[in-house]
Amino acid sequence: MSYESQILEEDIDMNQKKQEKFKIEISEKRISRRIKLSRISRYIFSLSLVFAILVLVILLYRIGVDSIGWLNVNFLTGKLSIFPERAGIFSVILGSVYLTLIVIPVTLILGVSTAVYLEEYASNGKIKRIINTNISNLASVPSVIFGLLGLTVFSRMMNLGSSILAGGLTLSLLVLPIIVVSSQEAIRAVPGFLKEASLAMGATKWTTIKKVVLPVALPGILTGSILSISRAIGETAPLVVLGIPTLILTTPNSIFDDFTALPIQIYYWTLDTVLTPEYANLAAATIVVLLGVLFLMNSAAIIIRNKFQKKF
Amino acid sequence: MMNDDMKVRDIIHENIINKKNKLDKIMPVFFLLMASISIITTIGILLTLIIDASKFFAAVPLKEIFSTDLAPLNADPSFGILPLINGTLFTTVIAIVVAAPIGLAAAIYLSQFASDKIRKLLKPIIEVLAGIPTIVYGFFAYSFVTPMLMKLIPSLGAKNVLSPGIVMGIMIIPLITSLSEDAMNSVPEIMKEGAYGLGSTKLEVALKVVIPGAISGIMASIVLAVSRAIGETMIVTIASGSSKNFTFDITQSMQTMTGYIVEFTSGDAASGTTGYYSLYAVGLLLFIFTLGMNMLAQYISHKYREEY
Repeated sequence: MSYESQILEEDIDMNQKKQEKFKIEISEKRISRRIKLSRISRYIFSLSLVFAILVLVILLYRIGVDSIGWLNVNFLTGKLSIFPERAGIFSVILGSVYLTLIVIPVTLILGVSTAVYLEEYASNGKIKRIINTNISNLASVPSVIFGLLGLTVFSRMMNLGSSILAGGLTLSLLVLPIIVVSSQEAIRAVPGFLKEASLAMGATKWTTIKKVVLPVALPGILTGSILSISRAIGETAPLVVLGIPTLILTTPNSIFDDFTALPIQIYYWTLDTVLTPEYANLAAATIVVLLGVLFLMNSAAIIIRNKFQKKF
Repeated sequence: MMNDDMKVRDIIHENIINKKNKLDKIMPVFFLLMASISIITTIGILLTLIIDASKFFAAVPLKEIFSTDLAPLNADPSFGILPLINGTLFTTVIAIVVAAPIGLAAAIYLSQFASDKIRKLLKPIIEVLAGIPTIVYGFFAYSFVTPMLMKLIPSLGAKNVLSPGIVMGIMIIPLITSLSEDAMNSVPEIMKEGAYGLGSTKLEVALKVVIPGAISGIMASIVLAVSRAIGETMIVTIASGSSKNFTFDITQSMQTMTGYIVEFTSGDAASGTTGYYSLYAVGLLLFIFTLGMNMLAQYISHKYREEY
């Protein structure tokens, strides 16, 4: 090997080493850039949640501020009036209570029975599939269409008009899918060995359902029914479609009377803010009452779920 | 032993026969009857919509239905559906433009970046957004978002499409977030760990493994969100107004299909008039749109589901 070629080889060697070093430098740079990008993106993604929470805070804050000075005992116990200073929502609250009193038994009986049938009696066949598909489709029907159903069937065909009963039945059908699905889940979660033990003791199927399945599934069923009732309390569109009169100054006495409920009153007051700006404050104060009721109900649902749900 | 066993079995058998509890025969029938109410409801919805809508279609020529003239309360009423479809389209598109990026970003953050503690804290807060009644959002859109936007866009009308669209988007965020997050969480841990093992960063795993793996669920969540937006009523009724003009200007009022139904029923539509039947025609169209969207969502999540 000549001297010259040796130098050349060393040169190449040096070059290669340089190149490799350079490569490592580049890839280190790239890696740190990728890591940086990943870290930054974490904050960008979290901004979406910050935005959502911010909106929630602003919404609650605005409504709270608007209702200050308007939400007092007179407002809660007084009668409706076209004069903002004198308006109270006692009959409105009563309307919502009456509605709830219809929705609770109707949805409980319909919803739990449907769930029991699907989970315990229906053999894994056609009927079960049809009802299940039907319920998931029903859950996605816009609430305003339930209003049209109520208007045709309950208000006109059954001649119930815009009474509490018509409104309550319409809302019951609307929230039916929620309670069916949650009751189904609760019943499905009852361990098989409990049922088998009961059956092995000679209990009949109905006795087993009554004494074992339903008691064990009760917390789940209750949670689901509270959630579906709170949905019914806040629902507006179907009731408006039923044609509930704008201003009802009387207090409802029976389920066949005309009525107004919290969300409807919020709707009408919001619409009329153009004429009387103070109606916005009344609407805000009513919203505080509505949100308060929903908050209490949801808290109850969470407590029931955490406290009474048995683990097997 | 054997005999004892047989005895117990006999006793049980006898019990069952003796206790031919009447309830045991009645209850299944009762439950089936109750369960069939849900099917009757669906049939009821279809029948009411179709029967009354057909009266509308019999009275109004097709050419008029597919026109841009909508004036149901005029002495010589006209029933063009295009302004309503236009209004629905605009509010829905604005809502999705707001909800899809924010909802997806939140889902990626919750499933990829957030610690368990933070996730447990944040998820219920997001769910609160979903639990607020839509009438409250309507009030919020009309009395807060619209005035705020007016400062940015002076030409904005008191009733406009932009504000309810944005608020509707906010309302839909939880739907997209929770459904997409479920889909992202069902991407197997093995795939993610494989990518980490090859030196991927969290962002790369999110964009190149988790999102492609969960794409069917993500798409389905957005389609369901569209369906929700189309059927949403109170926000658009309050904040978008009842202008029946056919316009593409989102700073102005437009009426949606749902808004039309609410306006017309609360305005004492006399039973038996063409205007009254037009409600059901619009309702039928609404029903078809939302049902179609839901079936599309189901199709997407079945067809494009990645099997692991």
